[in-house]
Amino acid sequence: MAPWPSLRAQSNGVLAAAPAERLNIKRGSSAELKLKAQLQPGFHVNSNTPADEYLIPLKLTWTKEPLEAEQVTYPKPELEKYAFSANPVSVFSGNFEIVTRFKAPATAPPGLAIIAGKLRYQACNNKECLPPRTIDLRATVNIE
Amino acid sequence: MSKTISALAVCSAVCMALFYTACVNRPGTAKSSVKGKSAPEFALKDANGQTVHLADYKGKVVLLDFWATWCGPCKIEIPWFMDFEQQFKDRGFAVVGVSMDEDGWTAVKPYLVRMKVNYRILLGNDQVGTLYGGVDSLPTTFLIDRQGKIAFKEIGVSTGKEEFKDAIVHLLDAPRDVASAATGGPLAVLAGAK
Repeated sequence: MAPWPSLRAQSNGVLAAAPAERLNIKRGSSAELKLKAQLQPGFHVNSNTPADEYLIPLKLTWTKEPLEAEQVTYPKPELEKYAFSANPVSVFSGNFEIVTRFKAPATAPPGLAIIAGKLRYQACNNKECLPPRTIDLRATVNIE
Repeated sequence: MSKTISALAVCSAVCMALFYTACVNRPGTAKSSVKGKSAPEFALKDANGQTVHLADYKGKVVLLDFWATWCGPCKIEIPWFMDFEQQFKDRGFAVVGVSMDEDGWTAVKPYLVRMKVNYRILLGNDQVGTLYGGVDSLPTTFLIDRQGKIAFKEIGVSTGKEEFKDAIVHLLDAPRDVASAATGGPLAVLAGAK
C-alpha cells in the first residue's frame, strides 16, 4: 500500500489519519474537509454502522468552535465475511477518506485557526482484535 | 522553489515510511516468553460482585482467557471453552474469562446471556493486563498448570480446538507434584515458538 506522500499522519496503533489539506472557508458559508486514513494491511476497522450491537463503530467528532461540523460523511463500507460472524461485517480497510462539511459562523473572526477532532476506532484482523483507540486530530483553517 | 518542494516531499515520505515500519511490527508480539513463570495473582469481581483470586483455583488447571464483547475473533473460542468447562470441570479444570470491556458489566452481562457462557467471567482492568505481560491483543489466553505456572500464552485465536483440548488433557494428566510448564507434546504444538 503506497502511503500518501503529503499525509502528515497522526497515528495511534494500526490506523493513521490526517486532514488532506488546509481548509479555506468564508464566514457564513460552508466548506468540506477530507480526512485521509490509512490502515495497516491485514487489519480492518468497524465501519460507522456495524451490524452487530457489540462492535465499536468508527466515529469522527469535532469540537464546536470555531467552526460547526454540519455533516460527517463516511465512505461506503465493505461487507466482509469472517469466521467469527454468521453474517458479513461492515468494515473499512486500506486507505479511506471521511469528509466533514463545516460551516463558519458569520461572526467568526477572520484569519488562521485550529479545529480539533477525535477519530475513535477499533481494529481487528482475522485472528485478533486491538483495544478501541482514539486519534487526536488537528486541522488548520483559514477563515476569510 | 522546486528544491524546497522536493525536500518536503522526501521528508513526508520518510515520515510515512517510519510510521509504516512501526505499524508492521504488530502490537503484542514482542513479549518475552512467560512460559514456566508463576501466573500472577489477581483479585477481580465476578458478575455477582464476588471477589475472585487466582489462588481460589489452587491445584487446578486454569484456562485464563482475556477477551471482550467487541472482539469478533474471541467469539470463535468461547464455544470451545464452554465445551472444555463442561467436559473437564470434574477433573480439576476451570475456565476463567477476564473481560476487558471498558463499559463493564453493562456490556458484558447481556453478552453472557446471549452466548450462554457457562464458565466464570471476571471484569478485568489494565493493571491485571500489565501483570500478565501486557494484554495488547484479544483474545489472549493463558493455560496455567496445577502448580500455578504458565504452561503457554496464546495471542489471537489459537490453532484449533483439538490442539487446545490436547494441551488441557496433557496438563490434567501430569503428575500433581511435577510442574508441567515448558514440556513438549501437545503444549509445544499449541504454543509453537511462544
